[in-house]
Amino acid sequence: MLELTVYGIVFGSIISLGAIGLSLVYGIIRFANFAHGDLMSTGAYVALFMVTVVLGWMGIPDTNFGSLSFGWRMLIALPVSMFVVAWVAIALDRILYRKLRVKGSHVGIMAMSSLGAAFIIRMIILIVWGADSLFYRPGILRPALELPVGIKIRPDQILILVMVFVLVALLHLFLQKTKLGKAMRATSDNMELALVSGIDTERVIIWTWGIGGALAAAGGILYGIDVQLHPYMGWNFLIPLFAATILGTIGNIYGALVGGLVIGIAQQVSTAFLMPTYKPAVAFLFMILILLVRPKGIFGGKD
Amino acid sequence: MIILEAKNITAGYTTEVNILTDVNVRLESGQIVSVIGPNGAGKSTLLKTIFGILKPANGKISLKNEDITGLRPNKVAQKGISYVPQVDNVFPSLTIQENLEMGAFIREDDYSQRLNEIYELFPILGERRKQKAGQLSGGQRQMVAMGRALMLDPQVLLLDEPSAGLAPNLVEMIFEKIIDINKTGVSMIIVEQNAREALKMADHGYVLAMGRNVLDDSGEALLANEEVGRLYLGG
Repeated sequence: MLELTVYGIVFGSIISLGAIGLSLVYGIIRFANFAHGDLMSTGAYVALFMVTVVLGWMGIPDTNFGSLSFGWRMLIALPVSMFVVAWVAIALDRILYRKLRVKGSHVGIMAMSSLGAAFIIRMIILIVWGADSLFYRPGILRPALELPVGIKIRPDQILILVMVFVLVALLHLFLQKTKLGKAMRATSDNMELALVSGIDTERVIIWTWGIGGALAAAGGILYGIDVQLHPYMGWNFLIPLFAATILGTIGNIYGALVGGLVIGIAQQVSTAFLMPTYKPAVAFLFMILILLVRPKGIFGGKD
Repeated sequence: MIILEAKNITAGYTTEVNILTDVNVRLESGQIVSVIGPNGAGKSTLLKTIFGILKPANGKISLKNEDITGLRPNKVAQKGISYVPQVDNVFPSLTIQENLEMGAFIREDDYSQRLNEIYELFPILGERRKQKAGQLSGGQRQMVAMGRALMLDPQVLLLDEPSAGLAPNLVEMIFEKIIDINKTGVSMIIVEQNAREALKMADHGYVLAMGRNVLDDSGEALLANEEVGRLYLGG
């Protein structure tokens, strides 16, 4: 049980990375991006392309760090992929969503268009990499460490937690300390007043997509390291992402972090009682319960 | 010297319906202009049009003889005009200090001096600078909103109903602050429901009704005008 909780925290921290981006984007432009999960897949596959093709071709050695399942190649691929997906997200906004926004399209149209974008991304992944599950490093047994209370955890998983912590801490510092980060929070509070204050809200929107995309990429890669890569991985993340975002109050990134952890733990612990294939249903159940009981989420005050 | 002039302004939220028709307003440098009139007269629309939130269908807005018609709000702010909306005029999840910093967003220079001046003008804001604006009372919010607008050292300040929703003692306090701000050399256009008070401090007043100019005269003359008293000042 305790072990499942620990796995839940690892899984939940990955959900959090996606949920934070989803929440950030929603907070600024009030738009639920159904393609967010597929941005996670994009990140995972771009990193795969880097690790297996580009970095090998560049002559970066394919050795591991100690007992981790990856080495220099992944360390380089991670930031590169985050950067690439940041631009994919920005491009998606400029080419598609912004046009609809400027026209004043209905939220339903926006949601449908993001669903379409999600399909397109997934199909591209299927065409390029096929429908099979892939691994960054196939066929290698990953040894587990034994923690004091009998919890087995892989070194990879510890690193995932560290990575998520670092990324969230960086985001926190960015939002609290930098001018642009404060402008992002201001725009999320009140876009019209931000504009009136002279804030270039279009630039803020671009940065929001970029950060959301980069965090999604990191989430996808970390999931790929922990489990596997699959074209539908991002799609399967969508319900947990939305459950976490709603639980943590839409638009609140700290809430999304907590929400991600709660949903992650709930999903993993449920496997003690249910078949693992029911995991997504657990997230869905959570989402319905939150919407019925407390639709504004745990951090939703009077608005 | 005329610092701001809105000439023959026709504007509205949609192209079919105009809220303002052929409205003229002039602001002399260093003065306070109050715009009064019944609900729906187009007073707020006038400020939004001057600030570039709405594009006029017709007419011209100039700041110190420079044409600023149709500029986006962030550009208008750069030219030296600040605007305080009537509602939702603070960032609730940001602290007081962060709200003021956002007011200085387009400033590239060191604005710490200006920040201190704002805290001197509104000492209560300085004491609570770490507090979130969403937790403040209505009067304090209004101070944050005005402080934010003043961070750019504007030449012209546009105030949309600064006394709306405030208790009578706070209304008096806010109007005193407005006069203090004016004394630092900021010219202002104030839109007010509280017409009597607004005209008392105004150098010049405009009466709008149904989106058109009805009357304009010095603040004193409008206060003394029988018809204005009967129609707009409540007897």
